[in-house]
Amino acid sequence: MGRARLVLRPAAPFLVSLPLLWLLQGALPQYYSFVFVNIAVNVILAVSLNVVNGFTGQFSIGHAAFMAVGAYTAALVTTGMQDLQIAGLPLTASDAVVFFLAIMAGMAAASLAGLLVGIPSLRLRGDYLAIVTLGFGEIIRVIIENTKVLGQATGISGLPPYTNVVWAGVGVVATVVMARRLLLSTQGRALLAIREDEVAAEAMGVDTVGWKVRAFVISAAFAGLAGVLLVHKIQLVTPRMFTFVKSMEVVVMVVLGGMGSITGSIVAATLLTVALESLQAADQYRMVIFSLLLIVLMLTRPSGLFGTREIWDAVPRWMRRRSDGGTP
Amino acid sequence: MSAVGDPVLEARGVAMKFGGLTALSGFDLALRSGELVGLIGPNGAGKTTAFNALTGVYAPSQGEVRVAGQRVNGMRPHQICELGVARTFQNVRLFKELTAFDNVRIACHAGSKSGFTSAWLLTPRHDAEEARIGQRAEEFLAVMELGHRKDELARNLPYGEQRRLEIARALATGPKILCLDEPGAGMNASEKMALLALIRRIRDQFSIAILVIEHDMRLVLGVSERVMVLDHGVTIAHGRPEEVRRDPKVIEAYLGDGKLKLRPPRGAEGGGA
Amino acid sequence: MTEFLQHLVNGVSLGTIYALIALGYTMVYGVLKLINFAHGDVYMAAAYAGFYIATALDVRTHPTVGKAVAVFVGSMVFAGALGWAIERFAYRPLRNRPRLATLITAIGVSFLLEYGFQLPSLQSQGRTFEEMLRGWGWTVPGWLDAAVGFLPASFPPGPTPRFFPEPFVRVDWTVLGGVHVSNYDVVSFLVAVAFMLGLQWIIYRTRFGMAMRAVSFDSKVAGLMGIPVNRVISTTFILGSVLAAVAALLVAGSRPRIDPIMGLMPGLKAFVAAVFGGIGNVPGAMLGGIVLGLAEEMVAGYALSSFRDGIAFAILILMLLVRPEGLLGRVTVEKV
Repeated sequence: MGRARLVLRPAAPFLVSLPLLWLLQGALPQYYSFVFVNIAVNVILAVSLNVVNGFTGQFSIGHAAFMAVGAYTAALVTTGMQDLQIAGLPLTASDAVVFFLAIMAGMAAASLAGLLVGIPSLRLRGDYLAIVTLGFGEIIRVIIENTKVLGQATGISGLPPYTNVVWAGVGVVATVVMARRLLLSTQGRALLAIREDEVAAEAMGVDTVGWKVRAFVISAAFAGLAGVLLVHKIQLVTPRMFTFVKSMEVVVMVVLGGMGSITGSIVAATLLTVALESLQAADQYRMVIFSLLLIVLMLTRPSGLFGTREIWDAVPRWMRRRSDGGTP
Repeated sequence: MSAVGDPVLEARGVAMKFGGLTALSGFDLALRSGELVGLIGPNGAGKTTAFNALTGVYAPSQGEVRVAGQRVNGMRPHQICELGVARTFQNVRLFKELTAFDNVRIACHAGSKSGFTSAWLLTPRHDAEEARIGQRAEEFLAVMELGHRKDELARNLPYGEQRRLEIARALATGPKILCLDEPGAGMNASEKMALLALIRRIRDQFSIAILVIEHDMRLVLGVSERVMVLDHGVTIAHGRPEEVRRDPKVIEAYLGDGKLKLRPPRGAEGGGA
Repeated sequence: MTEFLQHLVNGVSLGTIYALIALGYTMVYGVLKLINFAHGDVYMAAAYAGFYIATALDVRTHPTVGKAVAVFVGSMVFAGALGWAIERFAYRPLRNRPRLATLITAIGVSFLLEYGFQLPSLQSQGRTFEEMLRGWGWTVPGWLDAAVGFLPASFPPGPTPRFFPEPFVRVDWTVLGGVHVSNYDVVSFLVAVAFMLGLQWIIYRTRFGMAMRAVSFDSKVAGLMGIPVNRVISTTFILGSVLAAVAALLVAGSRPRIDPIMGLMPGLKAFVAAVFGGIGNVPGAMLGGIVLGLAEEMVAGYALSSFRDGIAFAILILMLLVRPEGLLGRVTVEKV
């Protein structure tokens, strides 16, 4: 039983959520499953950015670029393997395997991009770091716009519609689990220390540059995941989907929810996605309202909705002692 | 390879230059295990600069710093910390939004090589390390009499406890050398006495060398075996406390040239602000 | 050789424009340690202000020197007021918060200006609102209809570009065997240099300028010394915005096409120029502006013109990685 527990405990959230997601997928009508995927993508983006901006206290505003790297890499994989069917597997299973490979490729590519951007940039502080991440974000987008293989400005269309409620939901679960376990771990504390006081953290033996880069890489990887999921729902990937404005949308979600609060990111991403969805009709007003929201938010409550608090902090202590203290 | 009795922390001819300003010059130090050395001098004398050069915050412009015989010039502070040098700061630099417990736990992590994956996979090794770190942190909180403050946010602690927490945190890195930058600043006389006793107790209990920067002459002369005096970056005296306090160069550095002009101030002092 | 001289002329001409805008970034960063993302959009708003004034004065059909001056001054006044308002209402309340908050707010203001100017005119928005009411089956009250009639019919301008009227007739000369220079180029250069010299004089030869420099070194201590920090900061914003307006009008003369996102690229490039020269450093901003203008012209002329915009990004990243304090900036060591 011991060895089984070794696997069950970490895998628990997935084992629990998978059947629920399957049921949900069957129940949701078409339009709502589209909204669900949108929300899921934004939650993944917000939570992953929170790891860098919220936990580690760095200021990255080029997140959309990593989304793009992940999305395009996966798109190349899925369009390349479009007509393949893995021998011995029914079509749906074969597609799932292909999608899984595409996701892995996308996340790997995004991680690499995160590494390449992070290593030189994370020596800088504050405003300078922000500008460099913005700059790199734009450069990546410009490179995509000028690369023939990636379809340049028109992008790649006709992507197979692999993303569904289950995939998107699993993506969210994976991201939230990653962030939460990180936050509660030894390594996560190193990130928090860097946020609180980088000089002191360094003096206490924390390799600040190394941890910052690691946080950056993992954040980029999950941004890539979000990108893969998004483009395989709308079946299209273009560079204009990954502009600075998109990066700022994610920043707003993180700030609105409270930097450092996973719950906050989830709630804010959901609220904002729904709000932006419902404003689709008044498209011109969307951005104006968005920018007003941003300004008002910063002036009135810059710590966001949740500050650094989590919803599980509110669970009374006696309940937490009941469960074995290590549930994910 | 260092032999027993070799200094655990050494500085030879260390100088720090910032542009045209020489903040520190010709700084020599040989600190042996178990020693308690004081570093004093008037404001701006270069004491904290010396600390920063010793702990890697600055790379020495000249000279050499060695920890247990190993040259550490240019190493990053966290590497020097891993070699056994810990410090506190002149203006308390705690992790304000974290609990006292977390502040100390972070220091316990020093040198650990495990990465993110063990955190995500909830491996038994990770759990064991967490438990070990927690226990160790509690011990150090207890040593500094802060056990009852374990879950309090660092910024909510009273000032004196914050200073003690910073020391607990530094100790938790398991250093061979502890550098305390004005640990008694802002404390009243009785608190300083308690601090004195605490510093001695730490030295005895953990067998480490302690270097203390202090302003308060009585505190540093009461606790140190040796004292170094800096003025304008230069070491002007070095020896036993009783000798140093009577050294005319030291007196002059703190009080001026002794020839005080005691005329009453004329009109406005220093102009209107 | 002629080609080189032509690029030189164009580069310097472009560079003075970047320098004017860069000065605004650098001065604000100097006193507030803030990258004012909205600065490029103040440039844009100033161009529109000039456009509206010019239209009201009917410059297109009856241009006169007096009107040109009125357009100039009016736009400068507007830009100064806008800059003042942004600082007063969006940045000052956040003075004691972490700089991150102000940076995000600056981005918000930038977006607000860019997208706000792309909205259809208030009057047409009003009419759309009336249509919406009618669509719901309500009747539009008379007073509402009349009120909507009072709303501006051409502000916000909407996304379609407008064309700035020529304040004076363009004359082209060919000098030095083949280099094209127009009177616009000459006027632009002289005006830009005049304003830059004026700013230099203010900063280095007046008491107020000394106050500005004091605030940029340490605003708390400057305040304790009796310097009216808020007033200094406000004036810094006003000065920077006025220079941006000058730049906008000089550009509008030779490149009359204006649209709500015209400030994006010049703002970004001017920012790069400021960083290149050393952000916070006034002569650095001027130097950076000229260098960037020349670099852009040379790259566009001799290499690929599509890399024209890219060169700014490349310089930015390179500078931040190699020498973040810029050419003339001081290396600041964090006190531990």
